[in-house]
Amino acid sequence: MNETEISIKNFSLYIENRQILKNISVDIPKNQITAIIGPSGCGKTTLLRSINRMVDLYTPVLAEGEIIINGKNVLDPDINLSLLRKNVGMIAQAPNPLPLSIYDNVVYGLRIHGIHERSALDTRAEQCLQSVGLWSEVHDRLKDPASQLSLGQQQRLCLARALAVEPEILLCDETTSALDPISARHIENELICLKNDYTIVFVTHILRQAKRLADYVVFLYLGELVEHGPAHEVFTNPQDPRTKAYLEGVFG
Amino acid sequence: MDRRIAEERFFKGLMYVSLFIVLGCLISVFAIVIIKGIPSLNISMVTETPHGGYYLGGGGGILNAIVGSLYLAAGAVILATIISIPTAWYLQNFPRSSRFASSTRILLDIAAGIPSLIYGAFVFLIMVFLQTEASLFWGIITVALFLVPLLTRAVDEVMQTVPKKLMDASYALGATKLETVFHVVTKQALPGILTAVLVAFGRGIGDAASVLFTAGYTDAIPVSITDPVATLPLAIFFQLSTPFPEVQERAYASGIILLVIVLITCVGSRYLSKKFTKYCVK
Ligand SMILES: Nc1ncnc2c1ncn2[C@@H]1O[C@H](COP(=O)(O)OP(=O)(O)O)[C@@H](O)[C@H]1O
Ligand SMILES: [Mg+2]
Repeated sequence: MNETEISIKNFSLYIENRQILKNISVDIPKNQITAIIGPSGCGKTTLLRSINRMVDLYTPVLAEGEIIINGKNVLDPDINLSLLRKNVGMIAQAPNPLPLSIYDNVVYGLRIHGIHERSALDTRAEQCLQSVGLWSEVHDRLKDPASQLSLGQQQRLCLARALAVEPEILLCDETTSALDPISARHIENELICLKNDYTIVFVTHILRQAKRLADYVVFLYLGELVEHGPAHEVFTNPQDPRTKAYLEGVFG
Repeated sequence: MDRRIAEERFFKGLMYVSLFIVLGCLISVFAIVIIKGIPSLNISMVTETPHGGYYLGGGGGILNAIVGSLYLAAGAVILATIISIPTAWYLQNFPRSSRFASSTRILLDIAAGIPSLIYGAFVFLIMVFLQTEASLFWGIITVALFLVPLLTRAVDEVMQTVPKKLMDASYALGATKLETVFHVVTKQALPGILTAVLVAFGRGIGDAASVLFTAGYTDAIPVSITDPVATLPLAIFFQLSTPFPEVQERAYASGIILLVIVLITCVGSRYLSKKFTKYCVK
């Protein structure tokens, strides 16, 4: 039996009086890659952004139910968002380097969380850039603007930046969709290496990618959780006719 | 002929005409000021204060007004920036739908539309109430007062163009709103903020009405913030209103000096904002 990292219970979410997510309950296993799949507009991003409480950054939302991480409900209005997001990293759909140098991007989160000692920052920056395979490409130009990197490098930089603050969970929102196939594979391979130490939730609408990466699968359709289970079970023997149809490519 | 092609030609013609009017006005203003001013432009204009009888055609220059204007505009822009940037930061903390933020923005837009003379009159009332004299200090206050709404809105607009995905990157690492606005939004908006500040400097240095009652006028270079101070726009005004053609000519020469200062500011702002775009994300 696998340990649960994120426990979502009867979670519903409304934006502007429209119900976007409908009564979702699922336990996301620790140290595995969980793929959230489903056609576009079904609420994948919204669910992911609920887990680190980014949904309500720019728009007011109404949430019901619970999302439990380390015994705490992240929907609790009193939760320390800074610590939550330190623990739950996120890598966006399109690479979003900060308007800083490569080095300052990687250590941005460390500085936010109070680490300013130069040697500590240096060590951590090198470690994180190493672990995403970027160190050899950038070690001699750490002071250059991050925006000068190629898209694929930028996305790996974003991954390194997320790793720097030592989260337990990584949320990836179609993290490879803006990249060329080779860079995309790069990221995929790094995620596979990382899953020993991190719980990874990976949103994708590409079935083949989900099959390559996922240990556990969550299928969303029109804001509803239709089916979830270990990847091989869901992919080889889907229980719900909608999952079957989706896997056969009926909704594209 | 095809109606759509005719339309295309018509609007193209219209655009040429507008462009011609805009450029034509600009070039003729420059040309007139330069043609009329060049004969009286000499080195003592910018190195000497007015000698006795300057406004009757005597010797000297307008160094008092040049230095005065620089002091006044620099002081006012620094003060206005210190007030405007935190205000703009504060406005970023509200969602786009916020009623408070949008009414503040409307109020600032209205304030930016109020003629600077009114700000001058307002500060003059305060001065009368406090029974103080016109000085560099009150001039700075007045100019800062009419620059604050302009500058706040300009900085606010620049900050609003910062992509959400950059802010997301910062929030996702656990940064607070303040940290995000401080480190990310300001960094990304820096070239635009610099441009806004230097445009404000240009506005401040060129404004005559706001300092008419509040800054006073003197032939000496101010040595203290409580001294009255001469400004270039008023120097131009006083010289133009004399009946002597050679003094009027000096007004145009002073105009050239003012134009050059504003030009240097514009070029400087271009240069600086280029320099600070290095790290910005396109
Ligand atoms: N801020 C928002 N305001 C209004 N509707 C939103 C907002 N965010 C998401 N939605 C709606 O929620 C639904 C799910 O969106 P999303 O989670 O982005 O889907 P996915 O990532 O699966 O493509 C969509 O119908 C979208 O229009
Ligand atoms: Mg999405």
